[in-house]
Amino acid sequence: MATRDISPSSALGSADTPGFHVELAADRPMALDSGESIGPFTTAYTTCGTLNSDKSNAILVCHALTGDQYVLEQHPVTGKPGWWELMVGPGKSLDTDRYFIICVNVLGGCMGSTGPRDINPETGRPWGLDFPVITIGDMVRAQALLLDHLGIEKLFCVIGGSMGAMQVLEWAARYPDRVFSAIPIAGAARHSAQNIAFHEVGRQAIMADPDWRRGNYLQEQTNPKSGLSVARMAAHITYLSETALHRKFGRRLQGREEISFGFDADFQVESYLRHQGSTFVERFDANSYLYITRAMDYFDLAAEHDGVLAGAFENTSVRFCVISFNSDWLFPTDESREVVRALNAVAANVSFVEIDTDKGHDAFLLDEREFHRTVSGFLEGAADHRGLARK
Amino acid sequence: MSSDGTSVSALPRRDLELIAEMVTDGSRVLDIGCGDGALLDHLGRHKGVDGRGIELSQAGVNACVAHGLSVIQGDADTDLEHYPDDAFDFVVLTRTLQATRNPREVVSHLVRIGKHAIVSFENYGHWRVRLQLLLNGRIPVMGADEGFGWHDAPNIHPCTIRDFSAMCEELGLSVKRALSLSRAGATRKLRSAGASANIRGEEAIFLLTRD
Repeated sequence: MATRDISPSSALGSADTPGFHVELAADRPMALDSGESIGPFTTAYTTCGTLNSDKSNAILVCHALTGDQYVLEQHPVTGKPGWWELMVGPGKSLDTDRYFIICVNVLGGCMGSTGPRDINPETGRPWGLDFPVITIGDMVRAQALLLDHLGIEKLFCVIGGSMGAMQVLEWAARYPDRVFSAIPIAGAARHSAQNIAFHEVGRQAIMADPDWRRGNYLQEQTNPKSGLSVARMAAHITYLSETALHRKFGRRLQGREEISFGFDADFQVESYLRHQGSTFVERFDANSYLYITRAMDYFDLAAEHDGVLAGAFENTSVRFCVISFNSDWLFPTDESREVVRALNAVAANVSFVEIDTDKGHDAFLLDEREFHRTVSGFLEGAADHRGLARK
Repeated sequence: MSSDGTSVSALPRRDLELIAEMVTDGSRVLDIGCGDGALLDHLGRHKGVDGRGIELSQAGVNACVAHGLSVIQGDADTDLEHYPDDAFDFVVLTRTLQATRNPREVVSHLVRIGKHAIVSFENYGHWRVRLQLLLNGRIPVMGADEGFGWHDAPNIHPCTIRDFSAMCEELGLSVKRALSLSRAGATRKLRSAGASANIRGEEAIFLLTRD
């Protein structure tokens, strides 16, 4: 399939989203799970480290719902360090002196990869809700096209947390020959009813915002900031544990001595959430939020295999390391254990660690020593089996 | 396994050394209750074994995975049913059987999942244990259970070599090899639950198959 490097026609130009941009599916549109197809489309990605001569040291990092490709690089909008700089870098668990790290903005995203805020070539207007509904499988298929473009036949490892873990599992199930090892973190093989419910609250908040304009806010030059902000606030609660939230804020008041008997942000936790919401809208697109949450809702790896998850991993040669956090109530350990059971049922090579932490779902982004040790150790063992030279 | 992840030449326990000798080179091994992974590490390095482990303690699992071993957190009583038949050449259960809720079911799973099962356990038929009960009138504890009382000892199903042999017979398993160990590490072959081994052996190792 022919590809060419281009400047994307997206709302955020390549100058706004540093890193690489490549046009994929230029010759032949890529079929989507919905039955529609898309192409050509732009994929934005970043890399760090050096690809070795036989291209055997590539690690694909899959980002979460509101993540992006700036895994180590400074974020172009917020100016903050990369979202996984604790994990990725020289001498870190994903050691850039040793491995070649690739991180791709997902299809449907809003940081340079084609998504609903880009121009629909057929109409010359932003896609909005005309953008096809995409799935985790579609995101992964797009990433596989990128690997074809980069000439990487087999990934040494594919790793990711939360929605990233869904992509990891999808990769292992769909392209077992292209994955040597897989680390799904704080994930699940399907989105639970509770998770779908939380997403629906977020989507309804966006769609209830009069500035959403049935998805046409770009054309009508509005921005459903309050809706997206509420969606982020609700979601953010689910990323933290009750313990962590209480430790951080308790019932402490924000900038006042007494409660106000009103609806200002009396409590620190309210102020914190409002801040989370208002900064989020600066870097994220409301329609992308709808599309990506939907992709997660539709994820159910067992569905294609008559509801038997093990069927997705039949005869797999992938080495798995499944990781969960005991205070994560959004993707609880039981969900990871389901994956482990399915892998055991096909006698797959699997490790499973539940990390003891009170930081909740977001622990995968934080400084959790035991977690990082686990990832390093697993990769070390996998590198030995893959025949990657030690540093 | 030492703390820097390099293997030490000798295994920390005599029963593990004997078990390592029973495992054939290049085989697939599942070690249930693998602790810090010493046996798996040894088998991987010295016998080219493709090893997996199950361990109950979080600390043990993390240590294993951080050292590159394939180990999951799990429980012999609940997790074995998820493994397919004949998935491994050897399934190893060391000093864990007596701590399971249903030892008979666990052993049935071992020989189902593995072509061979290797089981080591402390022998409550040892003369010192018999003497403890006779003289003190208190339920004896031994091995890993020393320091515990009858009410909190991990070994909830103590057994003797003769008890174990009888169960294997009931399950229709064949005993390919059986050894008893003394405290000093001396071993002797067992002949069909010999009365003398059941008195003098402090620990036993059985190599079993389904038929």
